[in-house]
Amino acid sequence: MIDSVETLKQRVEALKKEGTAATRILISMGTCGIAAGAVPVLEELKRVLAERQLEDKVEIIEAGCIGQCYAEPSVEICNAGSGSVIYGGVKVHDVGLIVSHIEDLAPDMNTVEKTWYYPETEKNTRNKIQARIVLRNSGRIDPEKLEDYLKNEGYQALAKALTEMTSEDVIKEITESGLRGRGGGGFPTGMKWNFAAQQPAGRKYMICNADEGDPGAFMDRAVLEGDPHAVLEAMAIGGYAIGADTGIIYIRAEYPLAVKRLKIAIKQAEENGLLGDNIFGSGFNFKIQLKYGAGAFVCGEETALIHSIEGKRGEPTFKPPFPAVSGLWGKPTVVNNVETYANIPAIIRSGAKWFRTIGTEKSPGTKVFALAGKVENVGLVEVPMGTKLRDIIFGLGGGIRDGKEFKAVQTGGPSGGCLKYDRLDTGIDYESLAAIGSMMGSGGMIVMDEDDCMVNVAKYFLDFTLDESCGKCTPCRIGNTRLHEMLERICEGKATMDIITKLKNLSYAIKDTALCGLGQTSPNPVLSTLANFEDEYLAHITDKHCPAGVCTKLITFKINDNCVGCTLCARNCPVSCISGERKEKHHIDQDKCIKCGVCYQACKFHAIDKL
Amino acid sequence: MVNITINNIPVKVAKNATILTAAQKIGIKIPTLCHFELDCFSFEHRIGSCRICVVEVEGRRNLAPACCTPVAEGMVVKTNTLRAINARRTSLDLILSDHPKDCLTCEKNGDCELQRLAGEMALHHVLYEGKMSEYKLDLSCDAIVRDLDKCIMCRRCESACNDIQTVGVLSGVGRGFEAVVGTAELMPLKDSKCVYCGQCVLACPVGALTEENHRYHVWRALNSKDKHVVVQTAPAVRVAIGEAFGMAPGTIATGQMVAGLKLLGFDKVFDTDFAADLTIMEETTELIERLKKNENLPILTSCCPGWVKFMEHQFPDLLYMPSTAKSPQQMFGAIAKSYYAEKLGLKPEDIIVVSVMPCLSKKYEASRKEFAPNGIRDVDMVISTRELANMFKEAGIQLGKLESREYDNPLGESTGAGVIFGASGGVLEAALRTAAEWLTSEELKEINFTAVRGLEGIKEATVPVAGIDVKVAVCSGLGNARKILEKIRRGEAQYHAIEIMACPGGCLNGGGQPYARENSSILAKRAAALYKADEGMPIRKSHENPHIKKLYAEFLGKPGSHIAHKLLHTTYTPRGDVCDA
Amino acid sequence: MSCCDCKGKKPNLILDFPDKTEKLNAFIDALDIGLDRDRNRGFLIECLHEAQNLFGYLPRSVQQFVADKLRLHLSEVYGVISFYSYFTDKPVGKYKISVCTGTACFVRGAEAILDEFKRLLVIEMGETTPDEKFSLGTLRCVGACSLAPVVMVNEKVYGKVTTKIVAEIISECK
Repeated sequence: MIDSVETLKQRVEALKKEGTAATRILISMGTCGIAAGAVPVLEELKRVLAERQLEDKVEIIEAGCIGQCYAEPSVEICNAGSGSVIYGGVKVHDVGLIVSHIEDLAPDMNTVEKTWYYPETEKNTRNKIQARIVLRNSGRIDPEKLEDYLKNEGYQALAKALTEMTSEDVIKEITESGLRGRGGGGFPTGMKWNFAAQQPAGRKYMICNADEGDPGAFMDRAVLEGDPHAVLEAMAIGGYAIGADTGIIYIRAEYPLAVKRLKIAIKQAEENGLLGDNIFGSGFNFKIQLKYGAGAFVCGEETALIHSIEGKRGEPTFKPPFPAVSGLWGKPTVVNNVETYANIPAIIRSGAKWFRTIGTEKSPGTKVFALAGKVENVGLVEVPMGTKLRDIIFGLGGGIRDGKEFKAVQTGGPSGGCLKYDRLDTGIDYESLAAIGSMMGSGGMIVMDEDDCMVNVAKYFLDFTLDESCGKCTPCRIGNTRLHEMLERICEGKATMDIITKLKNLSYAIKDTALCGLGQTSPNPVLSTLANFEDEYLAHITDKHCPAGVCTKLITFKINDNCVGCTLCARNCPVSCISGERKEKHHIDQDKCIKCGVCYQACKFHAIDKL
Repeated sequence: MVNITINNIPVKVAKNATILTAAQKIGIKIPTLCHFELDCFSFEHRIGSCRICVVEVEGRRNLAPACCTPVAEGMVVKTNTLRAINARRTSLDLILSDHPKDCLTCEKNGDCELQRLAGEMALHHVLYEGKMSEYKLDLSCDAIVRDLDKCIMCRRCESACNDIQTVGVLSGVGRGFEAVVGTAELMPLKDSKCVYCGQCVLACPVGALTEENHRYHVWRALNSKDKHVVVQTAPAVRVAIGEAFGMAPGTIATGQMVAGLKLLGFDKVFDTDFAADLTIMEETTELIERLKKNENLPILTSCCPGWVKFMEHQFPDLLYMPSTAKSPQQMFGAIAKSYYAEKLGLKPEDIIVVSVMPCLSKKYEASRKEFAPNGIRDVDMVISTRELANMFKEAGIQLGKLESREYDNPLGESTGAGVIFGASGGVLEAALRTAAEWLTSEELKEINFTAVRGLEGIKEATVPVAGIDVKVAVCSGLGNARKILEKIRRGEAQYHAIEIMACPGGCLNGGGQPYARENSSILAKRAAALYKADEGMPIRKSHENPHIKKLYAEFLGKPGSHIAHKLLHTTYTPRGDVCDA
Repeated sequence: MSCCDCKGKKPNLILDFPDKTEKLNAFIDALDIGLDRDRNRGFLIECLHEAQNLFGYLPRSVQQFVADKLRLHLSEVYGVISFYSYFTDKPVGKYKISVCTGTACFVRGAEAILDEFKRLLVIEMGETTPDEKFSLGTLRCVGACSLAPVVMVNEKVYGKVTTKIVAEIISECK
């Protein structure tokens, strides 16, 4: 039981004295790691260590996501003296070799460079691109062990807030840090807390939005899976600041691992007195409960989220009243997302001034991006605000896969925009992205290459919005349907030039009139692709041609004279529309062809043209 | 108070005002569609979903919906900038793009707010055409038709069903383009626990919710050679039908309506008020009996079929409370097909009884199995006030130009007690007039029980009657009824008698009345007209109705007799959440 | 969406599976349910999660059971079920195939994968094969973007899926 700052100190000292094994092996056991095959690797590792009787000397830590998803399953070997090495793409049969070379470098293994530093404890002497505050513990500690968190400054911030600071001090610190909502809106967190704090005392709620629904963003899940106590600690700090005794984590039901780890963490915190009554003997009480989402992206909007917790349809309502005044069950409520919370303990520990040394003037701190798409190195990256897109995509991302040409980067998820090469040197923060027609969003960053059709991409995002629109307000329910239909017509080659004006006008009207953030930003993918890739739209409309060769209605596969009659294409065709005698030129029946492109990929003689 | 300017006109409004109400104050009309306010019932549906009312507010990134944006000191609003007008036109365009354009043949033609808006905004073609919603037309029940293709998702019906009435049949269903207001699993209304009060129909701005139209059946009956066709008119019809002919709200058009009905070709024009007097005879007898025995109290009135069905679904444990007396409509039918038929020497099946009701639930009531002895319905067809107005118009009858005529006898004679059935509190007041005299055997001096009058949802009074302090309550609107019944269920309230009407304000605001929309002053005028009609009647107590006396003397014996029970009383059935379960 | 056919035979899972019903009953009874409908509604979503875990889907009998326990209207319960994509009132197949259509998977060809599943199973999105063996759906980002495009079959994740191995995935489901 940790009932005072003193006992916390003693506990941490005791833990540190217990010491650590000479060698620690960290294995990423996040959803991505497990999906890539981390479980058999872990089992093999346990077996090998047992076989070689190394169990006492080597400690295995089942850590969360390290962020290097492209290198999963990954194993990090930390030696007390000689630093650490990360092996990527580890196979079961590699494990024996790795253990044999536990103190040096295993030969012929794929190693992964650490591209980050920890600004709270380190100076960036080697000019690393990444700075990890939110992800500081993810991949470094065992998320199911409270002890691991405690050893890494865990609950020090809560102790400090409760015993050395008043509620006003906490809000002042957060306000001065300039921390802004990482869920996408960028609203100053301190200001939000202050509104709620100023409401008359009584029941208030501190909510964590963990219903990450942006297709292609998974940083919240990484934090919840890799460092759940950080979120609990931050929520308690927030509760203390605004005068709430109840915290609610609204989490996606589709994140079973995160749910499991949060439940474990809550139990541990309660058992150790870090949640519950009279925390650190300060008289402050705080409890946290879990509520489950059920698959509705719009519940990322705070009023919709609150309705969902109340058991209603997750439809947003007009603000004001703002949740800080009248939220859950009509009580003052603060809703912050996971990544925002994950910044709080560091700010309280190291101060607003320190936090402001990272990032830009208006957007201090870091931002985690889920870098995916056509880059070599897919994964989570956490960079200081102001980092250039180029450094992320070509530095951390390792450039475009398969030697293809970069075409666009999409940030901000379905609410964001597609940017082309001329924006690569933009230092990203809330304002700069908004200024060029995109937005921060929750941090999805999808890179596209020459094979991606930008009209189709815009259609894809609208497809998502249509699927996820609650259907409450006219512009989103019907307006987006009409935008989608227009894009469909373009992709099918049925549009005429007047469609461009119609698309633009309707997009602006939707932005101007939709009820919530989802609707107001839904035309962004259309507007940004129109602004940056108008030529592709024109090609579809006037030439009935899809330059990237994606829109099936506009492409034709034809067999040219290179054909040697090997029959491979005919054998692979799923609809049997290719005919021809062996050793003679084959022919595609265009009426039957479904344009799946299998023949194109199968042909070894470049005998099939995609027109 | 807060100072703002709208279109450069300064205005001072209360702090909790919206841009919409502030604009109204200085005579600027901002178009609305989903917004619905009934100030006399303190009800406001402020959902802000249609985006027709958007205006420009200085310093704001996007446009503001006027209906739900609160004013703030120094706010500068522009309602008519190009940006605002274009946005409003786009919202309207989008709504129309997913709305059938069969206005000419739509039941709500002329009463449709969307149609009016399209006219006012002079939208001559739809720019953003595309796919349209397609649902199965729900014609399952005899009272209400739901055409979801026409739903514009204003959710006014949902609010009426859940917030005002607490019936809980309608909910938002699905999401995105597929979102619509519907029943559970979009089941037919007939299978749901809908009580057919029709408040959703009154709330619906378009043709998505309308009455099941029975006009054609009536025309056919009127033209049948071998049938004797009689009509009864409910009390609340006479004070509202004039509205459909340009008369001022609150005009009592009884005589002209009777004349019109005769012109349509009804063999006899009778009055439901007669049956209302009959109801009082039976119900008051029951009240006195229960009071004397001090059991099964409180007695609840049972004139309102919507309320009865609500009770059957939602309070099946309290079904011993409502009076077993049938409603006036059904008493009329039963008497017409027995006593009256005998007098005329006709078989019951040779008489067609048509009702004109302010109500849609009456259509359902008439079709209940209990009210069709030997398979012959007591009431054959029911049309609403609106449908009668349509029939008049179709027949070229100009109500205002007709000379008044009198109801026929014997079922046309009524008292002031009968006519006030149309207002909330009227049934109870009528019962008290009779109960007081029966209990004391003295003539009642003050017959106006004003404590139970008015549009308030719950009215309570203690009335000294013959030495007993009779505790009464009057509720209108099923949400209010629920409040009282839950209190009774929990043992927190004790009453002797409660009048309950499903529709807020009583039958004068029934689901079949001409659309009053947000103009709720019309309702107060209708109520005033009913009480004025009562004042003008020579006889104002039901038991003094000479034809009622004659009916008992010649046929029924006395109130509560065996034959009265057989013809004039009914039973109730407990029902679940789903009708067919 | 079209009107349901109420004439059709409706399974009553509540009566047919008394053990599951008892579990659901016990789950709801352990919650702090009272007379206040608004407060009770706060438990609706977790009750529906539990009910769907037990019964696999949420037909009317189950909805009605939950509604009655929480003193809610059937229409409210259905309104919620039809809003959230996680809930379904239709039976799902033994193998629930979900193609990730998150952005990363999309740009790496998820559409073609989905089309191939549709073609081979001869069903559309959101449908179940007549033998109730396979259901086909999509999901938005499982967070295994490095393995894009990703397909999930029940709990199992298939990464770097190509149209060619779609048939293999199906044949693996026995």
